[in-house]
Amino acid sequence: MSESFFNLTWLIPLPMVLAFFAIILFANPKKRLSSNIAIGAVILSWIMSWAVAISFFINPELTEAPIDLTVPWLPVGSHVFHAGVAVDAVTAGMLFMVGFVLTMIFIYSAGYMTFPGHLDPKKYPDAAKEGLDPRYSRFFAYISLFATGMLGLVIADNLLMLFMFWELMGLCSYLLIGFWFDKSYPDPKQITPKAAGLKAFLTTRVGDVLFMMGLIFLFIHAGDLNFQAIFGNHEFLEELAASKVYLPIFGNVSWAGLIAMLIFWGSIGKSAQFPLHVWLPDAMEGPTPVSALIHAATMVSAGVYLIVRMSPLFAAAAHGGSSVMMFVAFIGAFTALFSATIALAQKDIKKVLAYSTISQLGYMVAALGIGAWVAAVIHLLIHAFFKALLFMGSGSVIHGVHHGHEHAHHAHGHDAHGHEEYFDAQDMFNMGGLLKRMPITGWTFIIGGASLSAFPLITAGFWSKDEILAHAWDGGHMAVFWTLAAAAFLTAFYTFRQIFLTFVGEPRTEAAKHAPENVRAMTWPLVALAFFAIFGGFIAVPHDFPVVGAIASDFLAQLMEMQGEFYHLHVAPAAFNWLPAGISMLLALSGMFAGWLMYGRKPLKAGQPDPLRNWLGPLYDVLENKYYFDELYNFLFIQPAMKLASFAFTFDRCVIDKIVRTVAAFGAWLARSLRRWIDEGIIDRAVNFSGLVTQGFGSVLRLVQTGQAQNYLLIMLLSVVILLLLIPFGG
Amino acid sequence: MTIPLSWYLVFAAALFSIGFFTTLSRRNAVAVLMGVELMLNAVNVNLVAFWRYLTPTDMAGQIFVVFVFTVAAAEAAVGLALMISIYRTRKTINIDEITDLKR
Repeated sequence: MSESFFNLTWLIPLPMVLAFFAIILFANPKKRLSSNIAIGAVILSWIMSWAVAISFFINPELTEAPIDLTVPWLPVGSHVFHAGVAVDAVTAGMLFMVGFVLTMIFIYSAGYMTFPGHLDPKKYPDAAKEGLDPRYSRFFAYISLFATGMLGLVIADNLLMLFMFWELMGLCSYLLIGFWFDKSYPDPKQITPKAAGLKAFLTTRVGDVLFMMGLIFLFIHAGDLNFQAIFGNHEFLEELAASKVYLPIFGNVSWAGLIAMLIFWGSIGKSAQFPLHVWLPDAMEGPTPVSALIHAATMVSAGVYLIVRMSPLFAAAAHGGSSVMMFVAFIGAFTALFSATIALAQKDIKKVLAYSTISQLGYMVAALGIGAWVAAVIHLLIHAFFKALLFMGSGSVIHGVHHGHEHAHHAHGHDAHGHEEYFDAQDMFNMGGLLKRMPITGWTFIIGGASLSAFPLITAGFWSKDEILAHAWDGGHMAVFWTLAAAAFLTAFYTFRQIFLTFVGEPRTEAAKHAPENVRAMTWPLVALAFFAIFGGFIAVPHDFPVVGAIASDFLAQLMEMQGEFYHLHVAPAAFNWLPAGISMLLALSGMFAGWLMYGRKPLKAGQPDPLRNWLGPLYDVLENKYYFDELYNFLFIQPAMKLASFAFTFDRCVIDKIVRTVAAFGAWLARSLRRWIDEGIIDRAVNFSGLVTQGFGSVLRLVQTGQAQNYLLIMLLSVVILLLLIPFGG
Repeated sequence: MTIPLSWYLVFAAALFSIGFFTTLSRRNAVAVLMGVELMLNAVNVNLVAFWRYLTPTDMAGQIFVVFVFTVAAAEAAVGLALMISIYRTRKTINIDEITDLKR
C-alpha cells in the first residue's frame, strides 16, 4: 500500500464539518433530514477512519517513519506553521475507536432525542406532534461539529492544531451540556443545565490557560510545534531537560519539567482530574448521548491522549531529574481512588457513571505517570467502548423510566391540571426490576458493568486494567499499585450496586413498572458496543498468558511499543505475573460479591434507605456531597470572585464614575461657554449679518421685478438712453 | 431730383418710435403685438434704404429683409395663438393682469 493512500486522512473530519454547515444553513427546519445528514456524514468518516487505521495496522514497518503530511499554513514572523495530519500507532488506535463510537452514538441519538419532558407541548406544537426535540436539528449540528473537533484532534500533527480542535471540543461541550438551557428544577440547589455548561467551560479554562502557556514556552524553545519534529529529536529534549529556569517557591526547575507540568494541567482540566474534576459530574445535565460521547468516550480522553503525545517530553523531564512524572502518577492514582469513593454514595444513575469515568481516567493518568503509556492507551480505547455502552444504557433506562412515568401518569390521568409531582427519572432508587422490562438494555448494561468492574478473563476491562496494574507492580510503584487496586475494589462494588439497584428486584415506582424497551436505533448500538466491551480486550491479553494469550493477539500493544522506539520511549511489556493479576482478580470479585451481598441478596423495597448508609454512617453524607468540593470551591474561588466583582462594581460606581462624570461635566461646561461666547456671539452673528445684508438687497431689488414685460422694456429704453447720453463723455 | 437717404432714415425712426410707444403704452396685448410689428418694419425700411443707397450691388440687405418678414410672420402667429389661449383661461388679455413672472 502506497503512502499516498494516507492522503485520505485529510478527509476524515471533512464530512462532519460539511454536515454541520449543511444542517445549520439548509436542513435546520427538517428534523429527520438533519439527523440523516449527520448520520450519513459520520458513517463516511467512520469508513475513512477504519480504512486509515487498518492500513496502518497491517503495515507495522510504518512505525519507523510515521506518516506526516503537511502544507504551509500560517506565516508568523519568520516561522511558517504547517498544517498537517500525522498517522502513527497511537493515532491509528484512536481513529479505530473514535470513528466507531461516534457512529454508534449518532445513531443512538436519532432515537434518544424525543420530545423532552420538561418542555410544554403546547409551546412547541409541531415538535410535539413529531415527537422530537424542538431543537433536534441543532443537536445534530452540534455533535457534528464536535465530531469534527475530535477527529481533527486525533489526526493533528502539531500542537497548535491540536489546541484549536481541543478548544472546539470545549465549545461544543459547553453548548451541548447547556442544550436544555430552559430546564430548571424544583430544588434550587440542583444545578441547571445552563449553569453546568458554564461551570464546565470555566473549569476547563483554568487548565487550558496553563496548557497554552506550556505551548508558548515549548514553541520558544523548539521553534516548532510539530510532534515528530520535537519528540523525534532526542538531543533537543535532553537539552531542554538540562536547561534550568528559576521559579519563585519551586526554585530551579528544568524547562522540560515546567513545560510538561503546564501542559499536564491542560489534561487535568480536560480529563477532569483532581482538583479540576468538579465539572464532569455536573456535565451530566446534558442529553445522555452527549454524556456518552463527550464526557465518557472521546473528549475527556483527549487529555490522556495529550499526555501520551507528550510522553517523550515527560520521560526526558523525568530523566533530567524533574518530579513531574511522579506528580502525574500521584494525581492519577489519587483521582482514581477519590472519585471511586464518591461514586459509592450517588443516587443518580448518570452521576455514578460520571465519577467512574473520572476514576478510570485517573487509572490512565496514573499509568502515564509510571511510564506505561501503552497500557494507558489500551485502557483508553477499551474504556471508551464500555463506558459509551454504559452511558447509552443508562440513557436507555432513563428514557424508558420517563416513558413509564408518562404512561402511569396517563393511566391515572384524571389529574390534567398540571400539578404533578416532580419525578426524577435518573434516581436509581426510583427504578428496580428493569431487566424484565428492558432485556436488551439490561443485559448490555450488565456486560458493560462487568467490563468496567474488570470481571476476570472474559471482559475487555479486565485485560486493560490488568496491564496497568502489572506495570505498576513491575516498576515497583507499590503506592500506585495499592491505590489503584483499592479503586478497582470500589469500582466493582459501586458498579454492581448500580446494576442491582437498577435492574434487579421489584420495581420501586409505577414508572419503573411501566418502563418499555426502547426503539431499535437505541438498542442496536448497545449490542454493537457490547461486542467490543468483551472482545476488544483481546488486544490487551499478554502473549505469555496461558491459553488465552496464545489465541488472542496483542498486536496493537506491540505496534505501539515499536512506535515508542521512534520517540525513544523504551517500554518493556510487563511480564505476566500471577501475583498482581491474582490480587486484581480477587479484589474485583470481592467487590462484586460485596455489591451482591448488600443490594443483590435482598433487593431494596420502595422507600427503603440505602443500606450503605448504615455501614458508613456520617461518611456517607460526606461522599454523597462529593467531599463538599463544590462548597469548598464556592467558598475559596467563587465567593471571593463575586466579592471582588461587587467591590469592583462599587469602586466603579463611586470612584471611576465620579471621575468620568466630573470630566464630562467640565466638557459640557466648556462646550456651553464656547457656544455662548464664540458660536452664538461671533459666528452666529457674522452669519446672520451676511444673511440680513442679502435680504435687504433682495427686498430693494425685488421692487424692480414687477412681472410686467412693459416695465422691463421701459427700463431697457431708459438704459439705452443713458448709455447714448454717456457716449459724448466716454469718448 | 432724388430723395436723399436721410428722409428714409427719419421716416424709419419715426415708425420705430411709434411702434415702441405702442408697445410700452398699450394695455391690450394684441396692440402690443402690433407695436412690435411696427418696430420690425421700421428696421426693414432701414435695411432696404441702406441697401439701395450704399451697396446696391450686394443682395444681402434684401435677403435680410425677407428673413425678418418670415420671422415676424412666425412671431405673429405664435403670439396670437398665445393671446387666444391666455384669453380662454383668464377671460382677459390685459397685460397688467398677466404678471405670472413675478412669483
